[in-house]
Amino acid sequence: MNTPNTSDSNTPDGKVNLFQADMASRYRTDGIFQAITWTSIVIALLILAVLIIDVLMDGLPFINWNFLSNFPSRKPEQAGLLSALAGTIWVMVTVAVIAFPLGVGAGIFLEEFAEDNWFARAIEININNLAGVPSIIYGLLGLQVFVRLLGPNGWLFELTGIDITGGRSILTGALTLALLVLPIIIVSTRESLRAVPDSLRLAGFALGATRWQVVHNQILPIAIPGILTGTILALSRAIGETAPLITIGALTFISFLPENLQSPFTVLPIQIYNWVSRPQKDFHDLAAGGIIVLLVVLLVMNSTAVLLRNKLQKRF
Amino acid sequence: MMNESINTVTTPEPALRTENLNVYYGSSLAVRQVNLDIPQNKVVAFIGPSGCGKSTVLRCFNRMNDLIPGARVSGTISFRGENLYAKTVDPVELRRRIGMVFQKPNPFPKSIYENIAFGARINGYKGDMGELVETSLRRAAIWDEVKDKLRESGLALSGGQQQRLCIARAIAISPEIILMDEPCSALDPISTLKVEELIHELKQQYTIVIVTHNMQQASRVSDLTAFYNAEALEGGSKVGYLVEYDRTTSIFHNPAEKATQDYVSGRFG
Repeated sequence: MNTPNTSDSNTPDGKVNLFQADMASRYRTDGIFQAITWTSIVIALLILAVLIIDVLMDGLPFINWNFLSNFPSRKPEQAGLLSALAGTIWVMVTVAVIAFPLGVGAGIFLEEFAEDNWFARAIEININNLAGVPSIIYGLLGLQVFVRLLGPNGWLFELTGIDITGGRSILTGALTLALLVLPIIIVSTRESLRAVPDSLRLAGFALGATRWQVVHNQILPIAIPGILTGTILALSRAIGETAPLITIGALTFISFLPENLQSPFTVLPIQIYNWVSRPQKDFHDLAAGGIIVLLVVLLVMNSTAVLLRNKLQKRF
Repeated sequence: MMNESINTVTTPEPALRTENLNVYYGSSLAVRQVNLDIPQNKVVAFIGPSGCGKSTVLRCFNRMNDLIPGARVSGTISFRGENLYAKTVDPVELRRRIGMVFQKPNPFPKSIYENIAFGARINGYKGDMGELVETSLRRAAIWDEVKDKLRESGLALSGGQQQRLCIARAIAISPEIILMDEPCSALDPISTLKVEELIHELKQQYTIVIVTHNMQQASRVSDLTAFYNAEALEGGSKVGYLVEYDRTTSIFHNPAEKATQDYVSGRFG
């Protein structure tokens, strides 16, 4: 199957041909690697499909208006996840409000303003490390700082009489999750900013712009879609977190709706966890229903962010 | 020898003057002992092989080197008699008065109109913005090509048009000097010619310093030419220095230094 130029015969002008093209074997390697990568994606998709189908089959029959509008109950047929759904929405909105400006601000500072010295490098290394810290550690931190130091009867309360978090509250949960996702938002903000070509910064500076004028007018508009993508990923991580919220003492059984940031709360993953750990089969199916609701909330959240991103991207 | 030739070609008050200028990046010396005067309303070309420090010197004139960590200068650069590196000089304010055009066209990914308006707006321009955009584009000889699509992205233009847009952007904020760092090296010959014609036009109002690798270009557009060369130091690093600075015709037809002769005739570099 040799093509003419794979032979080692002399070329027409008499020189020895030192190139052995061997196209057949090169294309074979191509094919093998294409097959391997294709298999990887098929396996990943298959597993995802099996999981989703299994959950849908178990949970779909339980999804109805009562399931969404009832509080938890000892009787499976009356149990719903209203308080968990409301808690998740409260917590996620609060996390976004806290973590987005803090994370993006820190990212902008580190990437655009901070000088390259040992201090900035130390911060950078620590942020990267924080992104890898197990979430339960953040739970312990939240328990100590937000529940015990800043909560009722805490250190600050003793000193000033001010109770900031209200103890095991939505605010405590949101602050803990915000800490957990901050490194992700900071890192993705920095990466989005770094992807903007330096030539645009130079162009701005050469026109007599200050650093903030360059960042605000030229760099951020280009980086914002990437920053939003990173924030979506971060919030998607936060919405599924269970361990740190159990650690700070989010309740597992709540039969009222949160009224403010200092209200006790539960969230969907905790409700699901609670149902799964019951012995009755009916509760397991309720858990599947809860997973579907969690997935839907996640999808709604992500598609909002994607829409927002596309809208921003259209301005050139 | 060099001082003589400078004295014969400069006007009494130069736009820019460097005295014993050394530029360092960290601890290594990049360019040493540059002494030259850039007269007003002239085009001065910087030529020389890669790594000879011509762009480095250019970037000192609007203090863009300040943005590079570790970069510093010694000696003095004066701009209309005022020390550019004095503590009282604000580099941000200075860059409005000394504009810059880069090697690769770098329009903002915004509309053509916004590309021009940005510099004016941040510098507190109080006049009629539409008028400024039009005059700037006209002066940069690109108005006729873009007047019907001012709201379209600057990136939709061809490379040569983008570079003229960048020149329009630079002149929109009424600089006194325009620095051009190899402005045509990414352009095709026809676009290059257009930019060169534009430089001829702009000379009436602005002092222009242009770095170029293209010697024909230097001989076509410039009144004065500075030839830089680099010498290797122990340890492998290179340091650039000014070899010869004179009228462009002298540099190309009757250079005083053999190195210049060799370079302009293409024997090295």
